[in-house]
Amino acid sequence: MATNKENTKLSSPFRGTGGFKSRFVPINNENIDTDQIIPARFLKGTTKDGFGKNLFRDWRYDNDDESKTIAHFPLNMSQFDGEILVAGKNFGCGSSREHAAWAILDAGFRVVVSSFFADIFKNNALNNGVLPVQVSDAFLQRIFLQDNNTELTVDLENQSITINSTGEQESFEISSYKKTCLLNGYDDIDYLLSIRPDIEKYETEKNY
Amino acid sequence: MGKTLFEKIWEKHIVKTIDHGPSVLYVDKHFIHEVTSPQAFTGLNNRGIKVLRPKQVVATADHNVPTLNQHLPIKEELSRLQVEALIKNCAEHDIELYGLGHQYQGIVHVIGPELGITQPGMTIVCGDSHTSTHGAFGAIAFGIGTSEVEMVMATQCLLQSKPKMMRINVDGVLNKGVVSKDIVLYILSKITASGATGYAVEFAGSAIRSLSMEARMTICNMSIEMGGRCGLIAPDETTFDYIKGREFAPKANEWEKKKTEWSTLFSDGNAKFDNEIFINAEEIEPMITYGTNPGMGIGITKNIPTTKTINDNDRSGLSKSLAYMGLEQGHAIKGQKIDYVFIGSCTNSRIEDLRMVASFVKGKKKAADVEVWIVPGSKLVEAQAIAEGIDKVFEEAGFMLRQPGCSACLGMNEDKIPAGKYCISTSNRNFEGRQGAGARTLLASPLTAAAAAITGVVTDVREMLPPTPKGELATTFTEA
Ligand code: SF4
Repeated sequence: MATNKENTKLSSPFRGTGGFKSRFVPINNENIDTDQIIPARFLKGTTKDGFGKNLFRDWRYDNDDESKTIAHFPLNMSQFDGEILVAGKNFGCGSSREHAAWAILDAGFRVVVSSFFADIFKNNALNNGVLPVQVSDAFLQRIFLQDNNTELTVDLENQSITINSTGEQESFEISSYKKTCLLNGYDDIDYLLSIRPDIEKYETEKNY
Repeated sequence: MGKTLFEKIWEKHIVKTIDHGPSVLYVDKHFIHEVTSPQAFTGLNNRGIKVLRPKQVVATADHNVPTLNQHLPIKEELSRLQVEALIKNCAEHDIELYGLGHQYQGIVHVIGPELGITQPGMTIVCGDSHTSTHGAFGAIAFGIGTSEVEMVMATQCLLQSKPKMMRINVDGVLNKGVVSKDIVLYILSKITASGATGYAVEFAGSAIRSLSMEARMTICNMSIEMGGRCGLIAPDETTFDYIKGREFAPKANEWEKKKTEWSTLFSDGNAKFDNEIFINAEEIEPMITYGTNPGMGIGITKNIPTTKTINDNDRSGLSKSLAYMGLEQGHAIKGQKIDYVFIGSCTNSRIEDLRMVASFVKGKKKAADVEVWIVPGSKLVEAQAIAEGIDKVFEEAGFMLRQPGCSACLGMNEDKIPAGKYCISTSNRNFEGRQGAGARTLLASPLTAAAAAITGVVTDVREMLPPTPKGELATTFTEA
């Protein structure tokens, strides 16, 4: 496990007892691809900042016009708030753009809940301290049925998610390696840099 | 217990495995491009380190480049800055860059194979999901995010968990007018856009074996559209013949040695797959998509599904997709008016694709109100097309041959489809806004796209092909 903390860049809101509590913003669509999360024309940046304002750009504004907000899109509805995004099945499919995870984080979300995540998105989220929580289809539907004041509790330590108003709870999976990274704010690169001798040994053995 | 093709390559590249965690996977080749690399270079610079093995990294500029007047400075400022950042970063870190103006420039997944950089048994990554394309050579190749790009640049390794194994077998002889793009769109229509999530997918069977390398690449390219971690095809003589003599292919004694090694790369008879699917090639018609994910495809003679005929899982998405597409449930797709035809992208922009289109359109003219863009995948493809006179065929047909790049595949550069317009496209994604805000994309094969270019509407290309015995046309116009 990485011990070099100097370069670590993830702060951890998931630490401590009681779990991470927040209201949530529901986007009840399936197969939300990363082109929806952040359209390609906004990928021209050379830093990780500022993508949040274009999160779900084409679902937020009519005809790409910021003065014409689409009233029924949840991110535009003042009654929804919180640091948890709840979305339909197969979230984050499509392009590998990490800009999707950056946009979600930059817009203030630390957890995404869905009943299925695309592989690359899941890794990208975890690498940026955004926790993907995969729940059953039934549990996801239960969350969508709650009103906008409901809070969810995500307890990473115990790997559980709770609908606070009803007490319904489900556990979720995460590799123990990733869990430790998230709880402690470790970074994969620190770890890999620390095993450089192993990597060089491998290269010598395989004649690279 | 035997091993799968994937497992043979995977095991050879494990540096170590973390207890209860992922494995450290060694990466042989790392492709980078201008869009997903700048933040990774910044990360390295912040850590005060250099790219560990610059010789194993190859760079190109493709996503964000114009496809006209590439000799002029890029007009759009942010795009120009991104391309300039790549030039600067590659120079500082000693990385070979095939940038604009270079004879090898092109779409990253086109140039790797055509230069012989992509080889069987390798692990290959790139900050782009269609890295799965390279799996057609019997390599483990997959897309990664920018943090992982930084990881590979810093350590030549990645942390990865081993995926599950799936094999998709396609057996039989293809019908006339049916090409590899139709095979993969057909598979997608059967297993959906998330049907292979969490799996490494091996494509096998007699119909796959009969395909050329370029046709195989089209299939592996779209394995990510099923959610697959990667797609692979076991290498064979077709693979070796393709690689032999290419710029970076092994030479002389090294070639024989490599070929022997590569010949061991196949799934053993008793290898175990977690999931196996069988498809009869003869069921496949020319395919087209009607919706907003690549799994929403049908045979060209079929009607668009209705909420009654579609399975439960897809019901909620259907109405939303059709509203976006401006199409009606239960209606025929054939005859749908088309405004743009885009033949290009890492799925179908190779020389065989261009040859297939040229041999079909020779002597024909495009429909008056259709705009047709042909975008070669690389400078080498472009040069070859010109050498063969394919450019003249396109010119006479009224098609515009542009310069290499991702172009209208992703609506990032200047090439966008206007809102509300219908584009039949040989690319791989029909997501909302993918080709430009509000653009409506119908995915199809180069042959089906070419047919629409001539008629101006969605057309069953078989009606335009001379009658021949079954299978023969697939050979004439396919990639064989
Ligand atoms: S052609 Fe399209 S899919 Fe392929 S790398 Fe470029 S943007 Fe991605």
